[in-house]
Amino acid sequence: MSSVITSSTVSAPVPMQRSRGYWASVWQRFTHDPVAMGAALVVLVLIAFALFGHSIAPADPYQSSMLKRLKPIGTPGFPLGADELGRDMLSRLIVGARLSLFIGITPVLCAFVLGTLIGLVAGYAGGLVNTVIMRVIDVFYAFPSVLLAIALSGTLGAGVVNSLISLTIVFIPQIARVAESVTTQVRNRDYVEAARASGANAFTIVRVHVLGNVLGPIFVYATSLIAVSMILASGLSFLGLGVKPPEPEWGLMLNTLRTAIYVQPWVAALPGAMIFITAISFNLLSDGLRSAMDNKS
Amino acid sequence: MTSLDIGGPAQPLLTITGLTKHFPLKRDPLGRGGGSVRAVDGVDFEVLKGETLGVVGESGCGKSTTARLLMHLIEPTQGEVVFDGCTVRGRDLPLKEFRRQVQMVFQDSYASLNPRLTIEDSVAFGPQVHGLARGAAVARARDLLARVGLEPARFAERYPHELSGGQRQRVNIARALALQPRMVILDEAVSALDKSVEAQVINLLLDLKAEFGLTYLFISHDLNVVRHVSDRVMVMYLGQVAELGPSDALFDTPAHPYTQALLSSMPSMDPDHRTEKAALAGDPPNPINPPAGCRFHPRCAHAAPLCSQTEPARIANGSARSVSCLIHQPGSGHPLAQPKEAVA
Repeated sequence: MSSVITSSTVSAPVPMQRSRGYWASVWQRFTHDPVAMGAALVVLVLIAFALFGHSIAPADPYQSSMLKRLKPIGTPGFPLGADELGRDMLSRLIVGARLSLFIGITPVLCAFVLGTLIGLVAGYAGGLVNTVIMRVIDVFYAFPSVLLAIALSGTLGAGVVNSLISLTIVFIPQIARVAESVTTQVRNRDYVEAARASGANAFTIVRVHVLGNVLGPIFVYATSLIAVSMILASGLSFLGLGVKPPEPEWGLMLNTLRTAIYVQPWVAALPGAMIFITAISFNLLSDGLRSAMDNKS
Repeated sequence: MTSLDIGGPAQPLLTITGLTKHFPLKRDPLGRGGGSVRAVDGVDFEVLKGETLGVVGESGCGKSTTARLLMHLIEPTQGEVVFDGCTVRGRDLPLKEFRRQVQMVFQDSYASLNPRLTIEDSVAFGPQVHGLARGAAVARARDLLARVGLEPARFAERYPHELSGGQRQRVNIARALALQPRMVILDEAVSALDKSVEAQVINLLLDLKAEFGLTYLFISHDLNVVRHVSDRVMVMYLGQVAELGPSDALFDTPAHPYTQALLSSMPSMDPDHRTEKAALAGDPPNPINPPAGCRFHPRCAHAAPLCSQTEPARIANGSARSVSCLIHQPGSGHPLAQPKEAVA
């Protein structure tokens, strides 16, 4: 930090150094935020689990053994115990990161693209178009997300793809609303007026002047939805609407272990702890992103 | 640039007739309310080629709305804009071409620049919209930045938040000029700047006007600045034109009671001419429900009973000096009006 200050004071009044772009300054602030960096580290570890889980896991996550059912944490060979079918919990938790993160992130990603598109159109067009689109969105928004996700998954049928689709539909209205309100704000800025006054058409204005100024806030909001999505996805798996056994997925593991809650409460709580850690890491990450992008100076 | 001049020097560059903008108010669910804010209510004026027309008036009198209507940034309720003999949006002058020839500089120098674009990209945006290749557009942007006093090597790749208010306003001026317009609308373009910076930017604007043969519509609430830069001045009150005339004549012998009051509110440098009492009391009336007759009569020192019933004639296009006041309308019946003969 001190080197930055001296370099700018030395070259006063007008520093000659090439200015950093907006994203470079965001990155600089982000890397100086210890909480956000901690959360980013956890997320990176989780992503490593998701990508290389099978090589990292000490044992085969599918290998069951009737003799080793529900071993407590710390049993030799089973550092985090064994589940109700005698499978190694540690390995299942590591390998489970892949499916859990996948069904947590994918719907948010799809909803981010579609919701931003809808919000941009509604926000930039304004007037009647806005009213029609946003009232339809409001109808979806009126349902509690859990209820809507369960209803949609129930209608579409169980399965990973269907639960992804239903979660995407749950998140589109939420992201579209944020996108619409940010776009409406940006649309009324003078620089958009100036762009219109230069004769540019709506598509060019949205591409050059609106998109860059709305993506940031929408992205931050979307990252905070990843945690919600993971919990909802786990909930769907828990209800038997998402991932099918014997696939390791945290929500499903929580479900199958719940009968053992009185026998091995700590083992049964482990998948929940993973969901909790992941959710809170994504939330802290999005908080850090928001404050890094907030700074105007 | 001269080849674009269609009607010759005598034809006004811009002729506005009956320009009106009513912003409708939302009705509540019971259907009450409705009505509209009459922001601009029947405005006629001309902008002559090569002149600077100053527009003054209190906040909310419709100055900025008029500017936005001219640029077609908002749709007029009624009225016609004729640019150099061609109706805007008519066959001869599509909106895009009109916008190339008329550009605008806004008051808020920060809000009018995209924070995510370098200033060079902001300036180059307009020419690219009008079909110039990116390389040529950036070259033109750099030339113009140099012309407005911002060394391209230092400034071209900076972002708006790295510049001061005066520098940003120079960028906005460069952006307006990038389309090689014939007319520039300056909507309070220097009002937000420090006095010293303001003077520099005004001098820059005057230099650019001479260099590029521009016509200015200069909107401001700063009467001294308007007098300094304008050839003619238009005084607006509550969405209408109160008075229009040559700058010196209007400032020396204001005819409309509102202009008189407005000018007497100017701080004087001479202690013998100290402003003793407020020339104008209260706020302008509500533009949702403007007073009947002359809109200024509730605050006017010379108001007669007649003023609340009869609307004075609007100012006339084409005449050098025009006042919209019953006092100056011969035979209007106002006690101060001359009976028959024309007023000088």
